[in-house]
Amino acid sequence: MEIFHPKKDIPFMSYGKLTTTISLVTFIIAVAALAIRGLNLSVDFTGGTDMEVNYAQTADLGAIRSALEQDGWKDAAVQNYGTSRDVLVRLPLVQGLSSSQLSDKVMALLKTKDASATLRRVEFVGPQVGEELYENGGLALIVVAFGIMAYLALRFEWRFAVAAIIANMHDVVIILGMFALFQWEFSLTVLAGVLAVLGYSVNESVVVFDRVRENFRKMRKASVPEIIDNAITRTMSRTVITHFSTQLAVLAMFFFGGEPLHYFATALTIGILFGIYSSVLVASPIAMWLGISHENLAPVVKEGADLDEHPML
Amino acid sequence: MINRYPLWKNLLIVAIVALGIIYALPNIFGADPAVQISAERGNKVDVALRDRVMQSLDSAHFAYKGYSLANGMLQVRFTDTDTQLKAFEAIRQLLGDGFVVAQNLVPATPAWLNEVSAKPMYLGLDLRGGVHLLLEVDMSAVEKQAIERYEGDLRSHLQQERVPYSSVTAKGNLVEMKFRDAAERDKAQEVIHSYNRTLVLTSADSAEGYILNAAPSEQEMRDQRNFAVKQNITTLRNRVNASGVAEPVIQQQGDNRIVVQLPGVQDAADVQRLIGATATLEYHMVDEEHSVQDALAGRVPPNSRIYYKRDGNPVLLMKQVIVKGDQIIDAAQGFEQQTGRPLVSVTLNNQGAMRMLDNTKKNVGKLMAVVYIENRPETQVVDGKTEHVTRRVEEVISVATIQGVFGKNFQTTGLDSPEEARTLALLLRAGALAAPMEIVEVRTVGPSLGKENIAKGFHSNIYGFAAIAIFMLFYYRVFGLFSVISLAVNAILMVAVLSIIQATLTLPGMAGIALTIGMAIDANVLINERIREELRAGNTPHASIHAGYERAFGTILDSNVTTLIAGIALLWLGSGPVRGFAVVLCIGILTSMFSAVVVSRGIVNLVYGRKARIARLSI
Repeated sequence: MEIFHPKKDIPFMSYGKLTTTISLVTFIIAVAALAIRGLNLSVDFTGGTDMEVNYAQTADLGAIRSALEQDGWKDAAVQNYGTSRDVLVRLPLVQGLSSSQLSDKVMALLKTKDASATLRRVEFVGPQVGEELYENGGLALIVVAFGIMAYLALRFEWRFAVAAIIANMHDVVIILGMFALFQWEFSLTVLAGVLAVLGYSVNESVVVFDRVRENFRKMRKASVPEIIDNAITRTMSRTVITHFSTQLAVLAMFFFGGEPLHYFATALTIGILFGIYSSVLVASPIAMWLGISHENLAPVVKEGADLDEHPML
Repeated sequence: MINRYPLWKNLLIVAIVALGIIYALPNIFGADPAVQISAERGNKVDVALRDRVMQSLDSAHFAYKGYSLANGMLQVRFTDTDTQLKAFEAIRQLLGDGFVVAQNLVPATPAWLNEVSAKPMYLGLDLRGGVHLLLEVDMSAVEKQAIERYEGDLRSHLQQERVPYSSVTAKGNLVEMKFRDAAERDKAQEVIHSYNRTLVLTSADSAEGYILNAAPSEQEMRDQRNFAVKQNITTLRNRVNASGVAEPVIQQQGDNRIVVQLPGVQDAADVQRLIGATATLEYHMVDEEHSVQDALAGRVPPNSRIYYKRDGNPVLLMKQVIVKGDQIIDAAQGFEQQTGRPLVSVTLNNQGAMRMLDNTKKNVGKLMAVVYIENRPETQVVDGKTEHVTRRVEEVISVATIQGVFGKNFQTTGLDSPEEARTLALLLRAGALAAPMEIVEVRTVGPSLGKENIAKGFHSNIYGFAAIAIFMLFYYRVFGLFSVISLAVNAILMVAVLSIIQATLTLPGMAGIALTIGMAIDANVLINERIREELRAGNTPHASIHAGYERAFGTILDSNVTTLIAGIALLWLGSGPVRGFAVVLCIGILTSMFSAVVVSRGIVNLVYGRKARIARLSI
């Protein structure tokens, strides 16, 4: 069975204006969402206490909220967690109260309202730890971006490296932007997903670039856009099949992984979808504009010299 | 015959896959809830004790799955946590003091797998339930204590050397000494320099008078901070072990933090009480006039009391306390100059020094003992109600002969090993100056949630794998089957490697397995697409297979290296569950390279390699 078998190369490069516009618009929306709404950071990063409470029946969030408010917990956030019987109570940092005192007090209060309330999970993160996790997260993002760029520059060419990293940072910004726009909770696990997707969707650019390099050697007379169009068209089938397979695994996580993996899977889904788009339609045009050519990718070799498929291997 | 592997290569693949299966196997047996009993203070867990415990369990009709007695530990396995909990309480009441009874999850790995030390993956706290704590040692308090110690020390030294001064005060991170004239200041500088060369002395004369500042060196302060953390870890470990938590993790993290992981513990408050427990020390004279045997028989002299050593042997001590723990300023491990044998040197404050001097003047040649006292908070279930009680634990940690008259500084010698000296020094200090700690992170996961998380992670993997397998078979037919087999091998190898290195499996880690499987298929797709393309270009099936694998390899390598970079960065900068994810990601990438490139090629070669000509490929 085959889904993609185009007879002719699709002229992707001629869609440059359209794709750039799409990218710019989504990018601007994402940045705007980040700037205006900001990320809904989990306690991992902000510090504070998360309590997961389970009830025998559907929990009355309004009653829980007003009970907490009456008791002086003004900034407590109450929401459902996964099911209607599970409730997540988030409390900001309280000076002079240890985490166990805090959760004990709140649990005692909740139990007076509904005796069936049981505490399933408590996470307390101190302000300093939160800050460190935040910093390390940012640092990890930079390290990954530069690490990948350095590898691609070594393995291919700096123009490819720059193009690939721009395309993929564009994905990261869009994932973050979506999380900001919809105020989905951004936790450590989600951050791990974002970084994994960054490493993963660079694959996409790598596969296309590999083909581009190969084409530069084979198609000596073709123009640069033709070479890129051919590379993308011929790898498209693989791109779609691979991403579809990965998405299947992610969907399983989305549906069966429950609340803790929900946003992790969401981040991966956005990353995978935009990964296809950006590594094909963002990375390649950028590489073209940066001026990839026969000269810097497949210098003419002397007669009789071996044409090595993978010069660096 | 381009598509044939030599025999050794096929055998190697088979061997690796077989090993993978063996080492991945323990994971399917799960774990049994168990109660484990180990001895404390000279007691023994032996056959007699085993029979006693098993008889009581039998008579109370507790259904158990099995038991084992090894390395001085008795483990009784149960089918459910409910019975485990009840049996745990029953055993605790049966044995009383002197034994540590703990609840644990014991892998139900069959014996033949244990023989080859195949173990299941270690489940993280988010999967088995428990408490994760991050504690921070208050370093400013440690530094303050150190400076205050120097303050007292310098003052008494100046007195001893008869150097007049107007004041000695701790100020920030140094001790400020004021003198009436420059000569006194210079004298003090000389005296202090010869007394302690590590102190950094600077004169800072001002309108207020002649001032000499003494600051401990950076190295000294670093040692102090380091020691404070180590000592707190030791105290914590003592307490946690005594509280009966199985497989606790207590580790230093960074410069000033301590990670405490307590699997199976439900109540973070329990742990916080544990941390808040206090310890102290007392120096007593040994009652050498009366016999311990008489006292044990019930004839305890009115001024004495029976204490027990760590090894369980009784000692008769005078009730009168000579010096208490809060009078100890410092205790450090060292070596005797002549013999090189280990010792602990102790420094007392002035009050303690005076009492010690009085006592040693009268008692040269007699035995003196150190008693370590700890108030351990415990939770007991009495008539179905939980009660919090503190239990006073007293233990004689050292008995030594007084060799001469001493006061402020003295040494305890006759220790067997540097290890013993270190422990004694730590215990002496633990009684004296535990640096205050603050809890900066707590993550508590209930056991039912842990089970649910395992189910969630497991389902994500199974359904994800099934979906991919169906799709691959549908899309690539026979080559799809090869891909699915190699993907299964990848999953097995991944689990095997994670089990062998005993990596901690967390929920994000399980998500990592699912994700890696989803990503690993990329390599197979790349290969299959290449083969199709080669076929389309009119190449023979054999040439297409060969070219497909050869050409796809470079791409597979590149794309995996980029993901590996992300994995390594996460491993380096991530913490807790995220690190679990990173470990899985990195290992998954390596195993997927092997399975997608080598294993699937091996299968293809086995199927097609023998035929000289293939009419068509099912791809």
